[in-house]
Amino acid sequence: MTSPAAATADFLDQRTGLGAAVKEFARKVFPDHWSFLLGEIALYSFVTLLISGTFLTMFFVPSMTEVTYSGPWASLQGTRMSEAFASTLRLSFEVRGGLLMRQVHHWAALIFMASIITHMMRVFFTGAFRKPRELNWVVGFTLLILGLAAGFSGYSLPDDVLSGNGLRISDGVLRAVPIIGSYGSYFLFGGEFPGEALIPRLFTVHILLVPGLILALVGLHLFMVVLAKHTQYPGSGRTDRNVVGFPLFPIYVAKAGGFFFIVFGVIALMAATMQINPVWNYGPYDPSPVSAGSQPDWYMLFLDGALRLMPGGVEVVIANFTVPLNVLIPAMVVPGILFTALAAYPFIEAYATGDKREHHVLDRPRNRPFRTAFGVSLLVAFFVLVLAGSNDLIATHFHLSINDITWVLRFALFIAPAAAFMVTKRMCLALQRRDREIVLHGHEHGTIVRFESGEYIEVHQPLNEHERWIRVQHEPIRPLQVAPAEDSRGVRRKGYAADLRRARLSRLFYADRVEPVTPAELAASHSHGTHDELPPAPSGQELVAGGRRSLVADDRAPGDGH
Amino acid sequence: MNWLAAHRHDRRAPLLLLLTALLLTGGVYALLVPAPAVAASTASSAEVDSGMKLFTANCATCHGTGATGTAAAPSLVGVGAAAVDFQVGTGRMPAQMSGPQVEAKPVQFDQDQIAALAAYVASLGPGPSIPTGDQVDPAQGDPATGMALFRTNCAQCHNAVGAGGSLSQGKFAPSLWQTTPTHLYEAMLTGPQSMPVFNQATLTSQEKRDIIAFVSEQGGTQPGGLSLGSIGPVSEGLWAWVVGLGLLLGAAVWIGAKSS
Repeated sequence: MTSPAAATADFLDQRTGLGAAVKEFARKVFPDHWSFLLGEIALYSFVTLLISGTFLTMFFVPSMTEVTYSGPWASLQGTRMSEAFASTLRLSFEVRGGLLMRQVHHWAALIFMASIITHMMRVFFTGAFRKPRELNWVVGFTLLILGLAAGFSGYSLPDDVLSGNGLRISDGVLRAVPIIGSYGSYFLFGGEFPGEALIPRLFTVHILLVPGLILALVGLHLFMVVLAKHTQYPGSGRTDRNVVGFPLFPIYVAKAGGFFFIVFGVIALMAATMQINPVWNYGPYDPSPVSAGSQPDWYMLFLDGALRLMPGGVEVVIANFTVPLNVLIPAMVVPGILFTALAAYPFIEAYATGDKREHHVLDRPRNRPFRTAFGVSLLVAFFVLVLAGSNDLIATHFHLSINDITWVLRFALFIAPAAAFMVTKRMCLALQRRDREIVLHGHEHGTIVRFESGEYIEVHQPLNEHERWIRVQHEPIRPLQVAPAEDSRGVRRKGYAADLRRARLSRLFYADRVEPVTPAELAASHSHGTHDELPPAPSGQELVAGGRRSLVADDRAPGDGH
Repeated sequence: MNWLAAHRHDRRAPLLLLLTALLLTGGVYALLVPAPAVAASTASSAEVDSGMKLFTANCATCHGTGATGTAAAPSLVGVGAAAVDFQVGTGRMPAQMSGPQVEAKPVQFDQDQIAALAAYVASLGPGPSIPTGDQVDPAQGDPATGMALFRTNCAQCHNAVGAGGSLSQGKFAPSLWQTTPTHLYEAMLTGPQSMPVFNQATLTSQEKRDIIAFVSEQGGTQPGGLSLGSIGPVSEGLWAWVVGLGLLLGAAVWIGAKSS
């Protein structure tokens, strides 16, 4: 007797050979850590977006045809508005469950972007983007950009005053591009802003183009995770050659399946209790009004902030063409720098490290001080811009002068990331020194013992093997060194200048460092009982594995960063 | 016609022409000018007297005896009863301290005293009077017209639903949710502090009433749950991170802690 489920499975297996794939996949091992669930939040909020978005398309009318409102919202009775806005109001007030679905969709969008950023931070700070995962980092980065595009196009669809103001800013940025700007604007809006073509166009972008691309790239992203296997945190028994964890079935099927419902539940809870984007308060779009406190959704706020910080009047006129640097710098150069730095970082770091090996064990952030400090300074710069985008609300809520806030943030945009970089780097180095200290001396025990001779000592408890391994497992990374400019016969070597540049970058990354305790140091500390005469760490010329032969590792002793 | 041709080069002709033009302009202006706001003459002289005493004791330090103004504060001659009722009735006056702007605080006088002060200031020169209950009745206004007018005239500073907003150098447009209809009307009429004056030519009495009808509907319960201050996407983003990501990270840590 076979059960119906088994019969169905057998039917499929005989025709598709699915059984082998399921068997293989079900036994695939994944490491376990809460931070590996951050990407899942993004995936599940995207599924939530697809479900709620499908519902919304049933009722939303993407048209800029003008109609007169005669629905239940009294404050808009008899107001002329576009069909897009009217259908958004109908969705909110007349369609059963419509307002809940709109709010689910919008909250899910905010959570989607927030979880992408959080997931990206985890990947960045643990070095999960290193070989062989650089390409998947780029795929993830593209997903971030597509998420911004999806968010912005959806935010603009209801055709309300607030989102229309956002569109007007985008139009202004587009027009700021020299020569092609105004043509681009006319092309995008199908004539003079706002025109009547934009909402239908944005609709296609928002419900077909961008989600289709996101879906495809999410598939690729996950496929590449399976292909390269998941990274794991350092720990005893975990190496670059194994994966320590649990099989997909039943552990992760249960965990991940359950987590989907938690994500959906949290979003639904927010949507049911907290209002979001009340377009009926903003009114139908009309280019003349702008209300106080007009801001984009949080993930675009940094661009608004950059525009708010930029001093006006920085315009250059070249042969009758105005180059409005006051728009181009904040709206194109600043995000350009932020995004390029983010996308290119894995490649820059690999270049500076001279490392061509595969890495499957993650870094502890403290063990890569430059990377951690760089990531924190990027985040600080982003946060300063977000604050700048909220400057009017900070002014009203904290009773400050908006002019003072703007001036403080103008300086902070340059000073705060630099300060954050230095502080973070120093903290990482200090934590590494603390690790060395604990490995060599053990944990402080708090117990004071007095010898017969009258001497007092504090008893230190030695680390167990697992604790010690976490603190000593990583390899020290030293700056690349340049081979001499001339070979043994006095001939100038090709590529010397490039090597020099690369070595300079490498020093920037790794000159300040604290190296992990070596077995020799540990043995010395245990046998002597005193640590004043430690033997120097093994040093000497080491060829960097897979690197250029002309670049060799620095032979400076560890702890030069002191 | 011949007389005109013969005398138009007379040396007195330009003078005559100028006089005629002046008389004509003045006459047309006198005909077309809106009737000046006249202080309500209902105030008794006893009220004016007690108002003057209150003024001398509480206001004259800055506004000068006789309310003619000093270096510290403007003259109040001609500001009318409406301005006094707004400034004193919302607690802005007497001012607590100097700063970017004079802020509302608990009202310092009772209704009779405010009326007396208003009567005294109104007696100094004609100015806008306190609106009647009928003029500020939200039930007689149309909130839809009010919302359209609010969007084009008020939302720039006070936010789309009157939650308030920031102005330059620490000044701000306050939230309108706790403001009484009478004070809303008086503010539009007299333009306190940074606010422009919306006179009868800019917003008619009916239009002011429409705006009051719209504003008095705001600040209460909104469809869709907690309004998060009605200040737009910044607070929404903040709560998405604090509540949404907060709960989800908590759940992730909980799930991650469940086996390893």
